Amino acid sequence: MRTVCVIAAKEIQEGLRNRWVLATTLLLAGLALTLTFLGSAPTGQVGVRALDVVVVSLSSLTIFLLPLIALLIAHDAIVGDMERGTMLLLLSYPVGRGEVVLGKFLGQVAVLAFATLVGYGAAAVALLAGGTAIDGESLAAFAAMMGSSVLLGAAFVALGHLVSARARDRGTAAGVAVGIWLFFVLLYDMGLLGLLVADRGRLVSARMLDVLLLLNPADAYRLFNLAGSGGVGRFSGMAGLAASAGMGPSVLLAALALWTAVPLGLAALSFSRREL
Amino acid sequence: MTVTVALERVTRRFGPVEAVRDVSFTLPPGEIVALVGHNGAGKTTLMKLMLGLVRPSEGAVRVLGEDPAAGEFAARRRLGFLPESVSFNGALTGRETLAFYARLKGETPARAFALLDRVGLGAAALRRVGTYSKGMRQRLGLAQALLGAPRLLLLDEPTTGLDPALRQGFYEILQELRAGGATVLLSSHALTELEGEAERVLIMNRGRLVANGSLEELRRLARLPVRIRVTGEAQGLDTFAQHLGGIHPSRRVNGHVVEIETEAETKIAVLRRALGEGAAISDVDVLPPTLDELYAHFLRAQERSPSGEERA
Repeated sequence: MRTVCVIAAKEIQEGLRNRWVLATTLLLAGLALTLTFLGSAPTGQVGVRALDVVVVSLSSLTIFLLPLIALLIAHDAIVGDMERGTMLLLLSYPVGRGEVVLGKFLGQVAVLAFATLVGYGAAAVALLAGGTAIDGESLAAFAAMMGSSVLLGAAFVALGHLVSARARDRGTAAGVAVGIWLFFVLLYDMGLLGLLVADRGRLVSARMLDVLLLLNPADAYRLFNLAGSGGVGRFSGMAGLAASAGMGPSVLLAALALWTAVPLGLAALSFSRREL
Repeated sequence: MTVTVALERVTRRFGPVEAVRDVSFTLPPGEIVALVGHNGAGKTTLMKLMLGLVRPSEGAVRVLGEDPAAGEFAARRRLGFLPESVSFNGALTGRETLAFYARLKGETPARAFALLDRVGLGAAALRRVGTYSKGMRQRLGLAQALLGAPRLLLLDEPTTGLDPALRQGFYEILQELRAGGATVLLSSHALTELEGEAERVLIMNRGRLVANGSLEELRRLARLPVRIRVTGEAQGLDTFAQHLGGIHPSRRVNGHVVEIETEAETKIAVLRRALGEGAAISDVDVLPPTLDELYAHFLRAQERSPSGEERA
């Protein structure tokens, strides 16, 4: 465990040094603040649930952005170190390969979590500072959004590690990472929509749709936040889907957790079989 | 005392390629051993086998009493490794880099920083590794290999990129470690630069161990001719060369110099003769076979008999 921490700490240190942390935090904070103030326009000055609108717009943004950032950071983790020759040296130390994968994963998730919490937190703080009244329910939805965003990031960091552990070289890893992003974030929903339209409810049952949505971490995240409790569902226009979907938040979170644990386990397995 | 490293009939295949073929040797404590061979002779694969990064296809490897590929890390704490053309993350400073590796070995970073001074990087410790020259990176690589008072040091082409003064300092460090009972295995593609530093030489060629012994033993085994270079007046040299012509091959280098090849045992006889002929000889040089010649000899010997293995 100590070794895992040492490797994670180095990952964070490198992230701080090469400005990944700074750039990601600024990007997320900038977008969050922009959405907060632009996004409150439709509700007007009297909008009492301003934070709910922010949750809707920010989580829509998160679905595109966080997986991309996560894959950008993670796809290089193993194959990059192997190509640079630093992995050979690292593995000559009393370090297990599983510890290397876990340490790098934790370090990168910590970087991502810091950027998300600080960046999005800035939006909430800005709203509060602006004198907007926020009730506890909205605040809870916002906190859930931040937490699940980190979890979504972790799932894609794990996927990035799996790509990195299996790819022959860095170029391949980058290509596959982009492909994964396109598939889960853009193509999957389009395909699903096309399927539903073509099918007209003959073959695809509600239960089957649930499963299909859980098979994509981005969709699990979307359902968790947009169809969630309270006022958020009303703004997001996802309430209809939420009503038909028989999945509670715990199922969705469990799906995200599985989307993190399984790719990470597979990454460790692939890496331990790999010869340098 | 038990051996530090033992390889027993180790073969390692990568697909159809046999990178290491039927290699056996042992390394005792307190010895500096040179591993010499061309690029692709199997030196790096041998190092990886000893590190447990690749498993032998056949045979057994034991390092500091355990199987390095078994997943036990006790031995690795007492092992230092310097990979060929070592690289580090350029964004961190020398100190930060060394601190990271020290923590992995369970050593306190503060103690590790003394090593930076030892390899002459004390002044550059707070600079980013990305700004280091190749020689400085090599020295940082050596510093990390020295962490944790290693009992075994595996150094892959350690002196590339070091200027002669640094190289001298580098060998001084190795001698200190050896005196403390550590085993040092260093690989090189040239035998010449290891003269006087390594007590024993392992020569690899195409995955096979073709020679294993001290330089003196290898010299004796190779029976390479000694060359005697005689300088004198042209006429005297002619008669002298004729005298010897039938017994030892000789060759005129130029008008004043003749070179005679002889075996080590008859060297004195030839010298006596050269001095005793009364010829006007102004100078005599005795040239023992160079290490490059010795190295080439063992490579050739294996080419002639691919299955044969010469051992001292």
